[in-house]
Amino acid sequence: MRLRRTMMFVPGNNPGMMSDAFIYGPDSIMLDLEDSVTMAEKDAARLLVYNALKTIDYGNTEMVVRINPLNTPYGKKDIEAVVKAGVDVIRMPKTETAEEVREVEAEIEKVEKEIGCLGRTKIMAAIESTLGIVNAYEIAVASKRMMGIALGAEDYCANLKTQRTPEGTELLLARQTIVVAARAAGIDALDTVYSNLNDMETFRKEVELIKALGFDGKSIINPRQIEIVNEVFAPKQKDIEKALTILAAIKEAEKKGSGVIAVNGKMVDKPVVIRAQRTIELALASKVLTEEELNNE
Amino acid sequence: MNKIIAQRAALVEQAATQMGKKTYNGTSAKEQTPRTENQKESPNSKVVTLEEAIRGCGMKDGMTISFHHHFRAGDKVVNMVVDKLAEMGFKNLSLAASSLQDVHKPMIEHIKNGVISEISTSGLRGELADEISRGLMDKPVVFRSHGGRGSAIANGELHIDVAFLGASSCDSAGNACGYSRSENAKSICGSLGYALPDARYADRVVILTDDLVQYPNTPNSISEHDVDYVVEVESVGDSSKIASGAIRDTKNPRDILLAQQAAKVIINSGYFKQGFSIQTGSGGASLAAVKYIRESMIEKGITASFALGGITAHMVKMHEEGLIERLIDVQSFDKVAAESIMKDPMHKEVSASEYASADTPGSATHYLDIVILSALEVDVNFNVNVLVGSDGIIRGAVGGHPDTAADSALSIIVCPLLRGRIPCVVDEVTTLITPGATVDVVVTEYGIAVNPARAEIAERLKAAGLKIVTLEQLRDHALKVIGQPDPLPFGDKVVGVVMNRDGSVMDVIKNISPIG
Repeated sequence: MRLRRTMMFVPGNNPGMMSDAFIYGPDSIMLDLEDSVTMAEKDAARLLVYNALKTIDYGNTEMVVRINPLNTPYGKKDIEAVVKAGVDVIRMPKTETAEEVREVEAEIEKVEKEIGCLGRTKIMAAIESTLGIVNAYEIAVASKRMMGIALGAEDYCANLKTQRTPEGTELLLARQTIVVAARAAGIDALDTVYSNLNDMETFRKEVELIKALGFDGKSIINPRQIEIVNEVFAPKQKDIEKALTILAAIKEAEKKGSGVIAVNGKMVDKPVVIRAQRTIELALASKVLTEEELNNE
Repeated sequence: MNKIIAQRAALVEQAATQMGKKTYNGTSAKEQTPRTENQKESPNSKVVTLEEAIRGCGMKDGMTISFHHHFRAGDKVVNMVVDKLAEMGFKNLSLAASSLQDVHKPMIEHIKNGVISEISTSGLRGELADEISRGLMDKPVVFRSHGGRGSAIANGELHIDVAFLGASSCDSAGNACGYSRSENAKSICGSLGYALPDARYADRVVILTDDLVQYPNTPNSISEHDVDYVVEVESVGDSSKIASGAIRDTKNPRDILLAQQAAKVIINSGYFKQGFSIQTGSGGASLAAVKYIRESMIEKGITASFALGGITAHMVKMHEEGLIERLIDVQSFDKVAAESIMKDPMHKEVSASEYASADTPGSATHYLDIVILSALEVDVNFNVNVLVGSDGIIRGAVGGHPDTAADSALSIIVCPLLRGRIPCVVDEVTTLITPGATVDVVVTEYGIAVNPARAEIAERLKAAGLKIVTLEQLRDHALKVIGQPDPLPFGDKVVGVVMNRDGSVMDVIKNISPIG
């Protein structure tokens, strides 16, 4: 199971941050060629990102690059460079239609064919406008390479003619639309960034909210945010224990060949099992449960 | 005279002759001035001008003069005194400072003019360090640790003719402190720990103060018994340049990561027990580590018996919270610490020798469980360099690094693997300051290395889920990212000698050509 609790933004023109971003343990790193890079530095940043992907051993961290849109002079070159460098995921900014996804997919395929690695590169789309939200499901299913969709709240709020509040009421529909579309498409849902690094309490509340809404994780802008997201997403001890009991009951039932089972007087049906399995996977991945402890059960 | 006493006069005379003494003549009159007036202006006052003090000390060419660095970058005493000595025409002096800073740049001219011909110190920074690194002096600078300097002064290896010691308060008899209780206080530096061996062992001692207070200035750090002259000056130092004193938590994610790792090492090391003792540096990662250790102490209900060394506001806060019973302070790292030592009897000032001397079995470092230290470079044999930069230029201080590493039960070096394009884990340190045999754990952002001699600690840390790597692996990773740096363009002249704390010569620093 690949966790995507945290996707850390790193400017594509900052070699110092690019070289060691993974030491803080984000699940994914998103090297940015778009908004954090000025026009004058687009080419230099692309070269830097290419070389970072080629040379630095990021371990198990999933590597994502946010490219410039295809309707700019940089988009195609970005795709060519990062696909050749072996990026895991290309993140499309400001995605509004399924057509845009297919255009990016076509560009990716062209490069992949050239270097002989067809189908290697995944795509994720950031939805940052009302039109994008309306088209969320179509975007989510536009390509078999899609691994997730993400909300970009700043542009979305501007488009909505409102602004962000600590409670996030204005984002509720967009967030729920994204989660529903992602789940319907069988891909991941990622929430927007929270940029006030001096207010970790509000950040924590926001993470708790998006976890409750069903998101897989959050885009982050600083390593200091990682610990909080991981804490919120880590399964609680009582949930782990409950999940272990359920899975043990299932095993027992399979052995006996019995169909319907009950734990503590409650019927255990398929969704309960799936949830229990997911809790255990998450617990293992977040290291609040070890393989050893699991096998001892 | 009393008749009976007069009858014994012959016997008194006889006894005196036998003992080789004079007989009492009983004629001197009792002084009748109200003593309150003496307190204000003592007839035995040692207060003179700087020039008079220098002459009175019998200053000669070639003598050794000493200074402390408790005002750090705000020190004014070294420049003031050496300027005066130069003006008076003295030459070939040996400057024995506890440390030298950026602010001592005027020494460059004094060296060129032959006023200063030798230097011994713990640290050297700024333009003076740059020039010396390039070969400014004929004789190499002698570097000693704080404990090493204390020992060298006590055992006579470093003989001081005249000590010029700045103090934030002093009375006319010479009782001096690193703070002042008067309304006219102008400066504060807290502990005078590095000045105490000088005050005790120098042939002559001159106190310079910017707050001449009424007798008695007690409790005092330096006793009038050790002081020959007192000189009142406008300012001995700018206290604001010691450190701001405000507790600011670092926001640098790398420092936070290093601090978290260092705190985990301490908590799982086996030494984190009720009554443990600790010393930390004043760097961002060190201070941040204290924050995590504090949280863990509260959670586990553990308190420390003492904190040692450079004392910071963080340590004072934990002491006031009851988490650290006593503070042992050789140097106050900020204003909060300096004020605490003035008010709090549990916050104790110690001399450099009492702090870290290798000669003194009772020095406080021998009772130290855990020390967190920084490094410019660590090599694959756990040797540490804190003095010479990767460009070959002297830019640091030996400090108490080798003393505390050697004497503590657990020494932890916290050091980023990469500083920009500079690798900090290398094949061989540029200069050997702290021998690898005394270093137990190295914490980097890429993993933790444990000295093979401390296998039990490696086991404990592994059991706690920490990532243990070898220094070779760290070195290789740094090389992979940065590439092999070019060798440094060292010349053949020895510009510095590094003394081990036991008084032996451990390494030398060669002159470096300007790069580029």
